[in-house]
Amino acid sequence: MKPESSAFTVGQNEQELRQLHLNTEVISVINDAGISLRDVTKRYGNKAVVDAINLVIKPGEFMTFLGPSGSGKTTTLNMIAGFVSATEGLLHIYGKPVAKLPAHKRDIGMVFQNYALFPHKTVAENIAYPLDRRKISKAEQKTMIAGALEMVRMGEFGDRFPTELSGGQQQRVALARALVYKPRVLLMDEPLGALDKKLREWLQKEIKRIHREVGSTFVYVTHDQEEALSLSDRIAVFNNGRIEQVGSPADLYQKPQTLFVGRFLGESTVLSGSMVSSGAGETTLDISGHAIRVPGQLSSESLAILIRPENIILCDEGSAPSAAGINTLPVTVLDANYLGSSWRCEVELPDGSTGTVRAAQAAGVREPGSRALMRWDVDCGVLLEDTGDEGVSLT
Amino acid sequence: MTFKRALGALAVLIVLWLLLPTLVIIPMSFNSAASFNFPPQGFSLQWYENFFTDPSWLRSLGSSLQVALITMVVATALGIMAAIGLSKVKFRGKALLESYFLTPLIVPGIVIAIGLYSLFLRFNLLGTLPGFVLAHTVVALPLVIINVTASLQGVDPKLEQASATLGAGRLRTFFSITLPLIMPGVTAGALFAFVTSFDEIILSLFVQSPQLQTLPVKIYNSVTQTSDPTVAAVAVIAMFTSVLVMLTAQFATRKRKRVSV
Ligand SMILES: Nc1ncnc2c1ncn2[C@@H]1O[C@H](COP(=O)(O)OP(=O)(O)OP(=O)(O)O)[C@@H](O)[C@H]1O
Ligand SMILES: [Mg+2]
Repeated sequence: MKPESSAFTVGQNEQELRQLHLNTEVISVINDAGISLRDVTKRYGNKAVVDAINLVIKPGEFMTFLGPSGSGKTTTLNMIAGFVSATEGLLHIYGKPVAKLPAHKRDIGMVFQNYALFPHKTVAENIAYPLDRRKISKAEQKTMIAGALEMVRMGEFGDRFPTELSGGQQQRVALARALVYKPRVLLMDEPLGALDKKLREWLQKEIKRIHREVGSTFVYVTHDQEEALSLSDRIAVFNNGRIEQVGSPADLYQKPQTLFVGRFLGESTVLSGSMVSSGAGETTLDISGHAIRVPGQLSSESLAILIRPENIILCDEGSAPSAAGINTLPVTVLDANYLGSSWRCEVELPDGSTGTVRAAQAAGVREPGSRALMRWDVDCGVLLEDTGDEGVSLT
Repeated sequence: MTFKRALGALAVLIVLWLLLPTLVIIPMSFNSAASFNFPPQGFSLQWYENFFTDPSWLRSLGSSLQVALITMVVATALGIMAAIGLSKVKFRGKALLESYFLTPLIVPGIVIAIGLYSLFLRFNLLGTLPGFVLAHTVVALPLVIINVTASLQGVDPKLEQASATLGAGRLRTFFSITLPLIMPGVTAGALFAFVTSFDEIILSLFVQSPQLQTLPVKIYNSVTQTSDPTVAAVAVIAMFTSVLVMLTAQFATRKRKRVSV
């Protein structure tokens, strides 16, 4: 079945947008987007829980909203779904303005954390429900239901009631129900939040496979960074009702634009200091009396350097020749843990804060309590404005 | 141990005390003498025969059933709407409104009766079917609201959101999802409403007219005016009707629960 055609003609839509004095370029971005949010704001009282968000989600993209609790992910998703109305801003789904469209007319699918299957209906009846609303004949429904159950590998469970299924099975049925009518947009709010780790990882793969199969635009909310990294085409990192950065998982991990993003995704060592000199695309910072170089320039009073643990090597004091393009910093090893595929060391930096080092071999590990030198390529450091964010990591 | 036994004995006494008036009425209804004296003498079915052959008794039974049925429908419809409204909205003074809906359970019946009497007098509702239904709905409504609210609390609000994303408008969602899930509470509330109306006496005494009397009113009038033991038979019939309805309510809720949970 084809997704329902838009109730708005394109011409009408463009006219409306022109009246808002948007230029043609912006209008074409809105029209080409799967989902477009422009300056979308939600206020409760005086507090903006979603604060002038701008985001363009491409058709067929797997977009994840990642961020700490209370950062506005669910509120944003609910505005797309139509459960919450935006206080301000423009919201378009496949070029269609949806601000005045109630949830049941938006032709989206949604999967909830607690499954939200109808307890008085069997699995097959649950999946038939959206098809009934679309007046699809019973005969056609039968093949569609079978196909949807096959897709989530739940073929034999059509006659069961939701209470007779495990959590993972219920969530797969919920996925089948949300996708059986081929909506162009599927929204998921922490769909795996209530499941244990093993099942979660397996279902992540299933969701990824299903996304490839159906080709709809997926918007996925989570506060689990590993989940976000492994699933998404792009991730929008939420903080305090704003989007800090949007980018591919590799982009966000390797080139965070804010200290918050760098700290939120993966592990990191952060060095704070003051600027010594800056020029020719490189900046030198004073880190507790050591001159540390980093690529890039920023005009800010307080600066920080973020380094990923796998880019740092520990070596013995005095052994390292300070070659060009290499930074070194004396540290004290606090702890060393064997993780199977690698070693993880915690070190105390000169200013007393903690850094993390990852070593592939035992040779790169030092005894806790010993003094060592931490060294890394200048190019591996990321220069950021020091916003003083404490290390937040929610998993 | 002795303390426990004493408690048990006390419980039995209380149950007897509660049941005694009800149990006394049954042998009285089979009395062969035309008096209310206890214990009854002999056995006869004449009072039952009396009841089923006297058109005025049958008419009041008919009125009672009619009023109770309409009250049940009206109170259930209004009660469901009120309960859903109260569960949906959040505003200051909500607790106040909630307790307002429940005032008929707290305010003495006689107070409501006098209030309604003056209102009904003004609007010519005394002695009319709408008058009875309106009055009985006032006292039946809280029971529906209490029961429906209780079952609404067990319904996940996410189910309604899910239904919306699947393409169902509010009405569709109500009839396909919410109503089936709160059915146990609705059934219980409706049957409570029926029984409340069927047994109601205080308000009915004020609303009644010689032409329109519900069964309890007719019993009351009959007892105060004559000493016709037919009332014993009527009371037994009324009692069994109520018990039957309550048992149905119990049965319906239990069976529904098994299906929906
Ligand atoms: N109906 C409401 N009234 C007032 N404040 C609200 C309401 N709904 C949400 N908020 C507030 O908005 C903020 C963002 O909430 P939201 O649910 O979007 O966060 P979230 O990013 O989904 O968090 P979590 O990861 O915990 O689910 C929170 O501070 C929350 O308290
Ligand atoms: Mg949330």
